[in-house]
Amino acid sequence: MSKKHPDYISTTNACKLCKPLGACLAFKGIEGTVPYLHGSQGCATYMRRYIISHYNEPIDIASSSLSEKNAIYGGGPNLKMGLTNVAEKYRPAMIGIATTCLTETIGDDVPMYLKEYARDTEGSEGLPEFVNVSTPSYSGTHMEGFHGAIHEVIRQKAEGGPQAETVNLLPGFVSSADYRLLKEIMAAFGLNSTMLPDLSETMDGQALLEYEKIQSGGTPLAAIGAMGRSKATIEFGRTLSGEESGGLSLQKKFSINNHRLGIPIGIEETDRFFELLSTLSGRPMPEKYAKERGRLVDAYVDGHKYLFGKKAIICGEEDLVVGMTAFLAEIGVFPIICASGGTSGRLAEAIAEVTGDMLSGQPAIYEGVDFFDIAEVAETLGPDLLIGHSKGYPLARKLNIPLIRVGFPVHDRVGGQRILHLGYSGAQQLFDQVANAFIAKKQADSDVGYSYM
Amino acid sequence: MEAVALKDRENQIHVKGEAPFNIVCNKDSLAGAVSQRACVFCGSRVVLYPIADALHLVHGPIGCAVYTWDIRGALSSGPELHRLSFSTDLQEMDVIFGGEKKLRRALLELIERHSPKAAFVYSTCIVGIIGDDLEAVCNKVTEETGISVIPVQSEGFKGNKRAGYQAACDAMFRLIGTGDTVGISKYSLNILGDFNLAGEIWMIREYYEKMGIEVVANITGDGRVDDIRKAHGAGLNVVQCSGSTMQLANMMEEEYGVPSLRVSYFGIEDMSEALYDIARFFQQKYPDDPEADRIMERTKALVQEKVRELVPKLEKYRKALAGKKAAIYVGGSFKAFSLVKAFRLVDMEVVMVGSQTGTEEDYRELEAITDPGTIIIDDANPLELNSFLTEKGVDIFVGGVKERPIAYKLGIGFCDHNHERKEALAGFEGMLNFAQEVYSSVMSPVWRFVPRNQEK
Ligand code: SF4
Repeated sequence: MSKKHPDYISTTNACKLCKPLGACLAFKGIEGTVPYLHGSQGCATYMRRYIISHYNEPIDIASSSLSEKNAIYGGGPNLKMGLTNVAEKYRPAMIGIATTCLTETIGDDVPMYLKEYARDTEGSEGLPEFVNVSTPSYSGTHMEGFHGAIHEVIRQKAEGGPQAETVNLLPGFVSSADYRLLKEIMAAFGLNSTMLPDLSETMDGQALLEYEKIQSGGTPLAAIGAMGRSKATIEFGRTLSGEESGGLSLQKKFSINNHRLGIPIGIEETDRFFELLSTLSGRPMPEKYAKERGRLVDAYVDGHKYLFGKKAIICGEEDLVVGMTAFLAEIGVFPIICASGGTSGRLAEAIAEVTGDMLSGQPAIYEGVDFFDIAEVAETLGPDLLIGHSKGYPLARKLNIPLIRVGFPVHDRVGGQRILHLGYSGAQQLFDQVANAFIAKKQADSDVGYSYM
Repeated sequence: MEAVALKDRENQIHVKGEAPFNIVCNKDSLAGAVSQRACVFCGSRVVLYPIADALHLVHGPIGCAVYTWDIRGALSSGPELHRLSFSTDLQEMDVIFGGEKKLRRALLELIERHSPKAAFVYSTCIVGIIGDDLEAVCNKVTEETGISVIPVQSEGFKGNKRAGYQAACDAMFRLIGTGDTVGISKYSLNILGDFNLAGEIWMIREYYEKMGIEVVANITGDGRVDDIRKAHGAGLNVVQCSGSTMQLANMMEEEYGVPSLRVSYFGIEDMSEALYDIARFFQQKYPDDPEADRIMERTKALVQEKVRELVPKLEKYRKALAGKKAAIYVGGSFKAFSLVKAFRLVDMEVVMVGSQTGTEEDYRELEAITDPGTIIIDDANPLELNSFLTEKGVDIFVGGVKERPIAYKLGIGFCDHNHERKEALAGFEGMLNFAQEVYSSVMSPVWRFVPRNQEK
């Protein structure tokens, strides 16, 4: 069972966002880059607001601010004026341009406009680089927008040449804390790597004396250029499209081996990642991580009784759902519903791969669903726990079960960007949270109120 | 620091006392300027959102619906249909072949599932382009279901937020006049432009009831379709906030002869003024009816009681906050007037004030009530806001969610005064909350750690 169910026509409380938002987030992880939406003013403002509520960080998204006239005669002039204004005011290294439903429908040809713009501005100094991605919001979700942007950045900016010892890492959309951890792990294996994107600092920055027009951090443009000369690519995402991805495009164009893994959530998926790193670096797992793993196994044992047989609903972006399902399966929590607004067609298969023989049965897997659908099924199944982003809160409240907040967006807590999901340390935090959520619920529901477990 | 304004925006900023008043506004946002403004769709969604027993269906791709899902703090005392996010979630095929069929089926499905009192269908950017005939589909579904299905012409690119207010008012106006007005008191009013954020309208209603005035419809806060249908039976429209529902009041005046009063519920001064204005209005309208005088007496008693209660409680905040500097950047300029006065009440100094959608008249008034040197700004963007905040050494910034990270990054206090806030700031009680919130941000010890203060 992997299709939308039941077959409703409308969407109520969607479990996905629109494509351009994903593209903006991806661009935000590139050094010196300003995301730019070719569309009307509203979209950009909405997305900024939405993203700010998760990160509590400034995010400037420029817009062509198209009006009715532009919608009829085409948005080219506004796009060019907008690019000039951003270039003057922000002095960016790059502007990442994403289209919207409006400009896709009126058929604006952004690559052509960019060519014209290059001709018009020839010889001018201080012009940024441009990269563009087509993100019609009436197909797919923000995740396609995100991966689409990464794919286009690589396609348009990576260059070939003599091979170097570097490794490309394309982690997909994870938290700022996750990106930080990944950088640290790569370094610990002695690997010289380029991670794209890198939202570790741009969307989780420091308090400042002087406001930065463009937040520091992000993948350097030069490093992106050099990605075409790396010796290997690691790409997270078991539900990624078969044909188009950053990793595959590097493989096709520059014959760089692409290793596709699941997002390393939980012990097994993390083991797979570390094994690959060992192979690529020729080094064993650094002691620090071996110890982390050991402590994690110890914790799994300490807490297993509170978890076994509990039933969980997991919802969110497809690859995150796959990772969370893998993690829950290995700690003995039974995933009864795995749901996503995405529609890759690969969710069920990916979940079967990661759960292997750990589950006694198969969870119900739904693609392309919204929270109304999820609620309908959930109510009949008596779940104990919901794992997902903040938009699941109304459902958790209705079912009177705890919500463990993961992924994006986290709008009703502080620190969404600091949630660690990946690696052994991420699994450790998730494990403690899940176990304690059950214990706390038992305490809260009990008349006695024992203070020992 | 370099010059702050984008070249084409210099005439949208004015410093009081530096030159004769001259500000350009109500312009489309400049491409590439990262305006803090939203769009037509947003404007209409804001105004209609709190009608809690209506279905609000966004006809378009998923984004517009999700980004506006339950982001407002508008509370309902009963049904909560408004807090769900409905969308036709247009797909590529719908864009190619038109979305009318899907819209009709979605409406039928949702009306059956939720039995709403009415349905609003919002058009988005893309619907305007593919040319779906919203009106026809809505009429058809109205016929089929017997439920009023009302199109809201809110294509995002057709102007700014103001155009959205108009679209919302047009939509609401279709309901008005369709209900029975028998038994409505001549001392009655409708509340327009208050969104019941954090239950504010419940406080305001209570004031009116204490004055002896009947509230027919809270049109935009804790709203109900049936109340709106008979809103034309009220004796007065009381409009709060600058832009959003003034048009509706004007339309009602023209069609049904209901006069209107513009008020603000923020700060002691404006709140009291609002209540007195209303009492005075009825006294003038019914000079020979002793009840009108009784309303005035009750109003005086109410205001006196509230102020007597409030002023001593404000003292603590006033002492702590005196001389601190505030900056204001809000959606509507009417709110900005009240905020300037409210800050004065706690002896604070306003050094910058601006809005997304003010008119020339609004800015003229702002310039009149502010101190020399105050920066007045229309349709600002993050870079400008940031440079003014630092230049002026601001202690607290009042704005919405989009403004918050700008203040926090620089280590400046912040007060959320937008539709998203969850604290009641209107009315007498709201003034106290406001002072309390400003106080708790400005006085927090965390600022001693921010770079701005460590250098010294
Ligand atoms: S759905 Fe279209 S109009 Fe709405 S926010 Fe997304 S891109 Fe903008």
